[in-house]
Amino acid sequence: MNDTSRAAYLPTGLPIPVPEPDGLSAPYWEGLQQNRLLVQRCSQCSTWQFGPEWLCHHCHSFDLNWATVEPRGRVFSWQRVWSPSHNALRQHGPYIAVLVELPDVGNIRMVGNLLGDPMQAVTIGAGVEGVFEHHLETRPPYSLLQWQLTAA
Amino acid sequence: MARAQGERTLRGRVAVVGIGETEYYRHGASPDPEFKLALKAILAACNDAGIDPREIDGFSSYSDDRSDAARLAAALGTRRLTTATMQWGGGGGGCCAAVANAAASIVAGLADCVVVFRSLTQGQYGRFGQAGSISTISGERAYLMPYGVLAPPQRFAMRVQRYMYEHGVRQEAMQAIALASYHHAQSNPRAVMFGKPLDPAKYNASRWIAEPFHLYDCCMENDGAAAIILVPEERAGDFRNKPAYILGAAAGAGYRSGAIPHNSPQYASASFETLAPALYRMAGIGPSDVDVVQSYENFTGGVVMALAEHGFFKPEEANDFLTLDNLVAPSGRLPLNTSGGNLAECYVHGFELVIEAVRQIRGQSVNQVERNDVAMVIGGPMVTPASNLLLGSGATL
Repeated sequence: MNDTSRAAYLPTGLPIPVPEPDGLSAPYWEGLQQNRLLVQRCSQCSTWQFGPEWLCHHCHSFDLNWATVEPRGRVFSWQRVWSPSHNALRQHGPYIAVLVELPDVGNIRMVGNLLGDPMQAVTIGAGVEGVFEHHLETRPPYSLLQWQLTAA
Repeated sequence: MARAQGERTLRGRVAVVGIGETEYYRHGASPDPEFKLALKAILAACNDAGIDPREIDGFSSYSDDRSDAARLAAALGTRRLTTATMQWGGGGGGCCAAVANAAASIVAGLADCVVVFRSLTQGQYGRFGQAGSISTISGERAYLMPYGVLAPPQRFAMRVQRYMYEHGVRQEAMQAIALASYHHAQSNPRAVMFGKPLDPAKYNASRWIAEPFHLYDCCMENDGAAAIILVPEERAGDFRNKPAYILGAAAGAGYRSGAIPHNSPQYASASFETLAPALYRMAGIGPSDVDVVQSYENFTGGVVMALAEHGFFKPEEANDFLTLDNLVAPSGRLPLNTSGGNLAECYVHGFELVIEAVRQIRGQSVNQVERNDVAMVIGGPMVTPASNLLLGSGATL
């Protein structure tokens, strides 16, 4: 896991993630700003849950904790995006989005970008680790969780 | 006294007696606003049936259609409004469910004559393929949009990529679906892509939108509206055209299919795991009884999954089954999207597919299949809730 000071993977101007008005996901987004990946875990039955919800989908307990986990996983699926669907991406080349499965965290999945050459071959099953990407200049500031291939 | 489970069915109880659509346009090309298109489609369906529009008493739609039932009823002079039903969920997932909800209203005695419709002008209201200029985002899209997963192609590409990986599906299988739609559109003067044929070279040379989707794997963005009129089975013979009966319908999805973001347990799936068996069960038939299929193409990869989940082939057989020859009318093994569908006729969120299924049962399609007693429609694959529909001729009852 790294805290990166390098430029963001995608150009600025994309929508800024914020918690819902009811605050459901606030711990997740606040955690990323502190270089921590927080995931809901049920205090009754220990089921992992992502995205967050007010209720444990397994045992229906409302008593869910936020646990700090290692951002470590494997590529479950991927795409190389060519067509810009947002003005901020107009002059930007292709980029890679990955769906990462976290085997240590109940096989929950997260979407991010795969850092590095956007033309690289991507292998489903490849090991990846998280990289926190901080956007401090925006209002409000926010942080993302990106992924890079685990060193062999 | 307990009733037999079999009595709770739509099978044979409701008939489609009218179909209508507006002219179909490229997005932004409609001279009419969306609500006017809805009115035109509804009046066209009434005219097709030979029914006074004031006789409509119920409205049913999906995907948060903006043409409000109360406004429609006021505009049309609806004498008595009964049901006003909206199916939850976005995309074309509800294109069959809206029909089922209307039919259920009729069977339950809540309504007598329901119009099911979809009106959609992406020129007037913005294109699905472009994310708007919002500054902040929360909920599901907060986990996607900052990473450039913004529009439908990017939201669905990874499902299809995973499916191709799990089952060894090749690009050619998706290509065949695009070729079939364009092939059929060349005989369909209504089709936006009429006069614009597609061949494998053109498909392969087309730009990537998001791998594994080429341009031609993606639906169009259009302006148009389409409508059908439903009445109880006992009135089916009172109208101008041969009735198409509802044989079965199902809506919904499997366990936690809607778990965001991209956390559905059955991720590499079109969401028909529970719906396909329910549809066949209600209709009392199986895949081999289906003569022609209209399968919603948001993306061709979704069609591959949807057809497999409805039992037309196993996922591992997709490469062999999905060839142009097998998919074309009049006599392919499984004629598919015989009007051109979302890819090449018009993207009316799949409602043009429902109309085409009725035309096939009537024998009025521009790409008429030889056997036409049973027509299937499959609504928006990969979305939750999804839906499906089987229509049949009177001979199937």
